Amino acid sequence: MNVFLDNIGVFRDGVLVTLALAAASTAVALPLGVLLAVMRVSPVEGFRTVGTVYVGIVRNIPLTVVFFFSAFVLPQLGVRFSYFGFAVIALVAYYASFFCEAVRSGINAVPVGQAEAARSIGLPFHECLRFVILPQALRSSIPPMVNVMIALVKNTAVASAFGVTESLGTMELLANRESTAVLSVLIATGLVYLAITIPLGLLTTHIERKVAFSR
Amino acid sequence: MKLFASMALLCAVCAGATAAVAQDAPNFPAGSTMERLSKAPNLRVGVKFDQPLFGLRDLSGKPVGFDVEIAKLIAGKLGVPPERITWVETSSANREPFLEQGKVDYIVATYAMNDKRKKVINFAGPYIVGGQDLMVKKGNPLKITGPADLAGRKACVINGSEGQAVLVRDYKDATVVPFDVISKCVEALKNGSVDAVATTNFILAGLVSRDPSNLELVGKPFTREPWGIGMPKSEPDLCRFAEKSLTEADKDGTYAKLYDAKLKPYLGGEGKLPELDPCP
Repeated sequence: MNVFLDNIGVFRDGVLVTLALAAASTAVALPLGVLLAVMRVSPVEGFRTVGTVYVGIVRNIPLTVVFFFSAFVLPQLGVRFSYFGFAVIALVAYYASFFCEAVRSGINAVPVGQAEAARSIGLPFHECLRFVILPQALRSSIPPMVNVMIALVKNTAVASAFGVTESLGTMELLANRESTAVLSVLIATGLVYLAITIPLGLLTTHIERKVAFSR
Repeated sequence: MKLFASMALLCAVCAGATAAVAQDAPNFPAGSTMERLSKAPNLRVGVKFDQPLFGLRDLSGKPVGFDVEIAKLIAGKLGVPPERITWVETSSANREPFLEQGKVDYIVATYAMNDKRKKVINFAGPYIVGGQDLMVKKGNPLKITGPADLAGRKACVINGSEGQAVLVRDYKDATVVPFDVISKCVEALKNGSVDAVATTNFILAGLVSRDPSNLELVGKPFTREPWGIGMPKSEPDLCRFAEKSLTEADKDGTYAKLYDAKLKPYLGGEGKLPELDPCP
């Protein structure tokens, strides 16, 4: 416990970086995921193929590999960012595919009759999607989306191995420095993640109740 | 030697006392750590498996390097031939736990002697003294000659390392980029994402030795870092024995021979044993 109090500033810095990583990545990956989901249900075959191939590849390789590409292959190609930037790129690329699948599950949950009714009153595809399908789809995809967000928060930890000192990086740093109190450092780090992810879970319950609708 | 002869004689007299092991084993006081280790079926020694020049596993699976030679030297003085040594891989994070849990008998693994570690384990040595140094791209395009030149530049370090602590404390204008393993720092240096890599000069020399056409050692250590042999806190007799062994090896030229063979081609300098710290 003393270790935690003595290093509270170090822990705080780590948490702030974790939150910044998670917030920046979600802010980009979520809209990108919705876009991908729309592509995957689009009537245009080219869009469907691109969406399906992207999700099929990115979702099925380990996040660490995506990070390697971002942090070591992009610089080789002349792309210059800070390692925080590379971490956001990796997280966005990876989690966009998961958000996409969460949204697509929501879209599939909207009864076919809704789309048929929209088409029968003459709405073109994009309007049908925008005014009829997506509002319902997004509501029912809130729980899976929060799932993805929780996973994203936890997996920002991978960035610690790629030049970003977030919460796990802080843990490694302190575990090396405070070699006599490693266990306390590990426990404190676990609690830090719980303090972020548990409220996220509670938030879902709250939002679900707010946006609940009857069919 | 005289003691030795009388012991051999005694052995010959007592009928049936076969002892292939005890044949050339030195005589240790009963109940001492040295006696226990010299009679144990295996001596368990912690070394690094991934550290060029010091402890690196070769294709046959056996570790080679200066640390490994020092470990063999101590084992030899204990009367344990290299075949009876079990090599255990130790990383920077698990060295103290391995000693405290009795998983190894002693550790020679790029182990810097600092006060925090001295609280939980004993160190014999230093058997070599290094320091934090910088590695840059071949030709040193940014003309970095020391940490002061890192202002506004990016320096790659291992997260939680001494190098990181020194740079953060004394050279605030440098941007520190921490990775979990040094190999990523090397990659980042080569692709231009960082301008220098900071860690112990020996480690850097090992990295340069593997890729001399791309990397270069600045060669001006800015800290003093003594490396010792890690041992359990409960065995001060082993520490004294190891220091005596090192001193003997220095006097009879064995130490200089090891240094010349393993390190001199990369580090230069003279193979002279540093002044030893007294055992606790």
